[in-house]
Amino acid sequence: MTSELDIFVGNTTLIDEEVYRLWLDGYSVSDAVALRVRAGILEQTGATAAVLQSDTMDHYRTFHMLERLLHAPPKLLHQLVFQIPPSRQALLIERYYAFDEAFVREVLGKKLSKGTKKDLDDISAKTGITLKSCRRQFDNFKRVFKVVEEMRGSLADNIQQHFLFSDRLARDYAAIVFFANNRFETAKKKLQYLSFGDFAFCAELMIQNWTLGAVGEAPSKPDSQVDDMDMDLDKEFLQDLKELKVLVADKDLLDLHKSLVCTALRGKLGVFSEMEANFKNLSRGLVNVAAKLTHNKDVRDLFVDLVEKFVEPCRSDHWPLGDVRLFLNQYSVTVHSLDGFRHQALWDRYMDTLRGCLLRLYHD
Amino acid sequence: MPGKLKVKIVAGRHLPVMDRASDLTDAFVEVKFGNTTFKTDVYLKSLNPQWNSEWFKFEVDDEDLQDEPLQITVLDHDTYSANDAIGKVYIDIDPLLYSEAATVISGWFPIYDTIHGIRGEINVVVKVDLFNDLNRFRQSSCGVKFFCTTSIPKCYRAVIIHGFVEELVVNEDPEYQWIDRIRTPRASNEARQRLISLMSGELQRKIGLKVLEMRGNAVVGYLQCFDLEGESGLVVRAIGTACTLDKLSSPAAFLPACNSPSKEMKESPLAHPPSHGCRSTHNSPIHTATGSRLTQNFSVSVPTLIYTGMGSGSAGKEGGPFKALLRQQTQSALEQREFPFFTLTAFPPGFLVHVGGVVSARSVKLLDRIHNPAFVGIMGNTRSYKLLDWNSFNSDEPETRDAWWAEIRQEIKSHAKALGCHAVVGYSESTSICEEVCILSASGTAAVLNPRFLQDGTVEGCLEQRIEENLPAGCGFCHIPYDELNMPFPAHLTYCYNCRKQKVPDVLFTTIDLPTDATVVGKGCLIQARLCRLKKKAQAEANATAISNLLPFMEYEVHTQLMNKLKLKGMNALFGLRIQITVGENMLMGLASATAVYLAALPMPGGIQIAGKTPSDGSYEQHISHMQKKISDTIAKNKELYEINPPEISEEIIGSPIPEPKQRSRLLRSQSESSDEVTELDLSHGKKDAFVLEIDDTDAMEDVHSLLTDVPPPSGFYSCNTEIMPGINNWTSEIQMFTSVRVIRLSSLNLTNQALNKNFNDLCENLLKSLYFKLRSMIPCCLCHVNFTVSLPEDELIQVTVTAVAITFDKNQALQTTKTHIEKSLQRASTDNEELLQFPLELCSDSLPSHPFPPAKAVTVEKASPMGEGNFRNRSAPPCANSTVGVVKMTPLSFIPGAKITKYLGIINMFFIRETTSLREEGGVSGFLHAFIAEVFAMVRAHVAALGGNAVVSYIMKQCVFMENPNKNQAQCLINVSGDAVIFVRESELEVISTQQPTANCQQSCAGGEVTT
Repeated sequence: MTSELDIFVGNTTLIDEEVYRLWLDGYSVSDAVALRVRAGILEQTGATAAVLQSDTMDHYRTFHMLERLLHAPPKLLHQLVFQIPPSRQALLIERYYAFDEAFVREVLGKKLSKGTKKDLDDISAKTGITLKSCRRQFDNFKRVFKVVEEMRGSLADNIQQHFLFSDRLARDYAAIVFFANNRFETAKKKLQYLSFGDFAFCAELMIQNWTLGAVGEAPSKPDSQVDDMDMDLDKEFLQDLKELKVLVADKDLLDLHKSLVCTALRGKLGVFSEMEANFKNLSRGLVNVAAKLTHNKDVRDLFVDLVEKFVEPCRSDHWPLGDVRLFLNQYSVTVHSLDGFRHQALWDRYMDTLRGCLLRLYHD
Repeated sequence: MPGKLKVKIVAGRHLPVMDRASDLTDAFVEVKFGNTTFKTDVYLKSLNPQWNSEWFKFEVDDEDLQDEPLQITVLDHDTYSANDAIGKVYIDIDPLLYSEAATVISGWFPIYDTIHGIRGEINVVVKVDLFNDLNRFRQSSCGVKFFCTTSIPKCYRAVIIHGFVEELVVNEDPEYQWIDRIRTPRASNEARQRLISLMSGELQRKIGLKVLEMRGNAVVGYLQCFDLEGESGLVVRAIGTACTLDKLSSPAAFLPACNSPSKEMKESPLAHPPSHGCRSTHNSPIHTATGSRLTQNFSVSVPTLIYTGMGSGSAGKEGGPFKALLRQQTQSALEQREFPFFTLTAFPPGFLVHVGGVVSARSVKLLDRIHNPAFVGIMGNTRSYKLLDWNSFNSDEPETRDAWWAEIRQEIKSHAKALGCHAVVGYSESTSICEEVCILSASGTAAVLNPRFLQDGTVEGCLEQRIEENLPAGCGFCHIPYDELNMPFPAHLTYCYNCRKQKVPDVLFTTIDLPTDATVVGKGCLIQARLCRLKKKAQAEANATAISNLLPFMEYEVHTQLMNKLKLKGMNALFGLRIQITVGENMLMGLASATAVYLAALPMPGGIQIAGKTPSDGSYEQHISHMQKKISDTIAKNKELYEINPPEISEEIIGSPIPEPKQRSRLLRSQSESSDEVTELDLSHGKKDAFVLEIDDTDAMEDVHSLLTDVPPPSGFYSCNTEIMPGINNWTSEIQMFTSVRVIRLSSLNLTNQALNKNFNDLCENLLKSLYFKLRSMIPCCLCHVNFTVSLPEDELIQVTVTAVAITFDKNQALQTTKTHIEKSLQRASTDNEELLQFPLELCSDSLPSHPFPPAKAVTVEKASPMGEGNFRNRSAPPCANSTVGVVKMTPLSFIPGAKITKYLGIINMFFIRETTSLREEGGVSGFLHAFIAEVFAMVRAHVAALGGNAVVSYIMKQCVFMENPNKNQAQCLINVSGDAVIFVRESELEVISTQQPTANCQQSCAGGEVTT
């Protein structure tokens, strides 16, 4: 006796959260059944393995049918085939688009192309996440990217509107899209200590301050809006950053800057002597990073540079985070007192964001 | 020209991509009614077209309004080649034809294609202007209300219950016409869908005419079925109970009962025969016309069991003068009717006086091919699948079917008479067809009814009072209607354990729901008897003979199983009994389902005794006693489980001693009533004791084992196949209706009856276990109205389809009064189990803010707004929080727990075909059928929402015919569903209203439902 056909259809679609998780994690039906058995469901419910198998199959089939709709979440809300309470719809969407930390760190900043997709096998082997789940996560990133790529307006808002994510998830996806678009390098060994959260934090600051959309009121040329507002860094701004070079190129200005900072921080910094000794190196590092951002290649290496030029030197001298904060604040504020420096606004736009990023990046 | 149908096509959404190049679609819509077609403009390059068409107006006969469905076809415009069809929507406009129901149909309908399934949605508004020519449209029976519900619908009052109405229409099945060989599967499917839609409309109209003839205004318990007879055609038949209903809380309810219908009947339908004709009625004798035909057909009438019964002819000799008087009254009311049958399963208080027992009849028929030359000629000429005109040719075809059913009904009637009853309630009919053999079955419960409801309210008087005096509440219906002194068979009667005045049988089987006033001890449970019998493959007459020879044995065994299982549960009565016999190529299947209860009025059931054949050796004895102990333990366990602790009654008071097990042997006697040419078969237990199981061979061992293998549901679960679970009345609001289908393939080698039985038993048990597991989050809950359907689609395939509803209940308080129940459920809503109630609560919260009304009107929020998109589009804000799709509940029950039905919007009767030629790609048979059933639910919900409703009650999946051909990667499925679309209001919300508008809360909320655009 074999079951040829075995289905259960409820007027309200039954969603088993546990099975949904197993499905999302990419387990086959038999693996999922085995995992459920291990979780002790048979003892709890007194069910038989056959019942569990049938139940799991049924849920998998439902999820498979729902997947098409999950690709465009508003469809899930408007469709008539599956009657699902709103709270459950939200749960389905949120879980479907959730991603693994380990996975996102592997693809963050990579081009969401076929080439990357081919590497998913390796990522799967490396992270222990099933290939199926890797594919889903990758396709999710790509799908969101494709939809919001050409859109104007706030990136996170666009994502939220078209995918009905929670605030948190929408912001995470904004970071992923932003990183993928600008191809920031995140995979270098040096950067391995950074979490997705660190990058997402930086991305948010950069989106807020360094993109075209960040300028706030419509940019000077309203017809040049082919540029995506939130996705791309403000080219003009990046060009202008060259002007900051004077801070390190002009020896007098550099000395003045250093002495002003040292005066202000004397006695307040535990690592004062190290700071004093390293000031010029650090300042050069930070300003040169800015000046180089005209080149795409250097934009990509932004995080590598920041870690190399600032985080690592400070860390090797064992700066406490409080001292880093004091220093960066003073370092950027003091520039306003440099009479010979004319690009105060530009400096603030650059340094405010950078300071936030550096503080976040500064940990072990 | 009494009606103007107006249709407006508003918009479409989620259309499929029809042009690969642009990834878009150039969609337009054809709106067809009868022979008139309108088209919208082509809306270029969009998957969400906004047609916003003008009002398309059809001026049509009311007859067409009843018969024809509105047909909406969405197409993709193609400049160079033929336009591609995207899909169709059929809308039954019947609900718009009676004033109390819906006034507008408006909403999003899934666009359905028989090959691709649902492909997007279309927003349509439909209205009907009926001209004020009441008399005219009486002839077309517009205005007769139809209900699937098998009780008097809530918010109505039965003035008169007239009785049985039936009708059938026959046609060629388009699938089997020669033209089918050259047309596409899609065209063929659509022809079938349209034809059945037309036939259903016609059938309903004809039934309506009969109701008007009987001076009724409604049909309750309307059951329409299809017989797919293959080559020999397609039969659509329906039965129902004609009633005169009054809307409650309307002042008209107090008019003299007989006035309202007759006033509008100035013109009798008979005086003006409708043009299409009310062709066949049983009131006009048809036997002469079909007599010769009948002899051509092979026909075997099967002897029928009457579960408790006695010989006929004793009806007049009564125990007491009162009974005689009552009987005379009832008789006069019923004797005018050819068939005093009622499809109702629940009745107004006082209607049901006594219940005799189950009566059933079966007959095996051979389907005749239609070899009418005239017929073929016409088909060739017209090349169409339009409904054929029956008057011109082939006209005696439906007569044959009519005669078959008439025969069966006659038999049922005589069985009822034998039980001293004049009426049959809980009556239903069914068929099982395999190739050219067809088993017709009918069953019901013989009963004595109170004449008060059967006549025009004139008999009320002293008699009625006497009835009420003489009928103690809770046990009256159990008292035997037949004459105890003149029984031709031994049966055991005792004085009623409740009133101790009248006699009652020891066991009672019925097909009806448990009467609300019945006194029940403990809880009830679902009982099933399952049985398979192999049969040799054979042709025509030989096959029919083989089947009819097997049937009595199956009936007998099913009955024995039921009886044993009932005893094992420690209970004494069955309600909602439904025995289904299914015929296949090489086997017969029997499945009986019923809800067992312990009626306080009936005696306590005895145990089951096991006897060996010849007690010879010791180990055998030991084995027997072991089995006996097991059985006794099970009975004891069941009594505990179902809380059966009947109050002790001293034997003196009863006057008749509780019989010893040995004496009880005589109690259960099945009497065989064989008819016609079949030799008398003694189906009774003969000399053997009914409750002594003799283990004399392996077969019997199997039987005992199978008795013990039925596992009770896990704790917190109950199940029944009646409307409500006896012993549970504190329902909470969560309901989950579902359909589950399983097909198993039997290993064809060496199939024995035992192996087959085991397979079938396992299939059913596993299916139930799966259901319990799936619904475990709802515990404590009860599966109600569990409806099993068995079919044998192929040689080695068994298909079981189950539809039921799971309802949660409050375990802690077994409250008796509804008043406190409401309070409890409210309290519960606020405190525990948030998860459980999240659904309704959230729905309210999302639509409430947009509701500009005071809280009193907020009751309407839970229903789907028929306003359609305009309303929704304005809202944008928080995602997920607002769903544009209103929730529509579905339930096979006639009520919704914790809610009040405020309005019936009309009957839903839908037929769908789905076919695929890419079975594997659609996830195999399971994927295909899962998707299809989900789509059917969706289409039902969409239609209900468009009528302005928020629930379907008395929902039933009448047919689910699934055929596959995995080798060709093909499958096809036909589904037929029906139910009543309603508006309901939560009781908690009702209270808010009633405090503010204490007088007319019904109209209030109804008015809220009729949102006009």
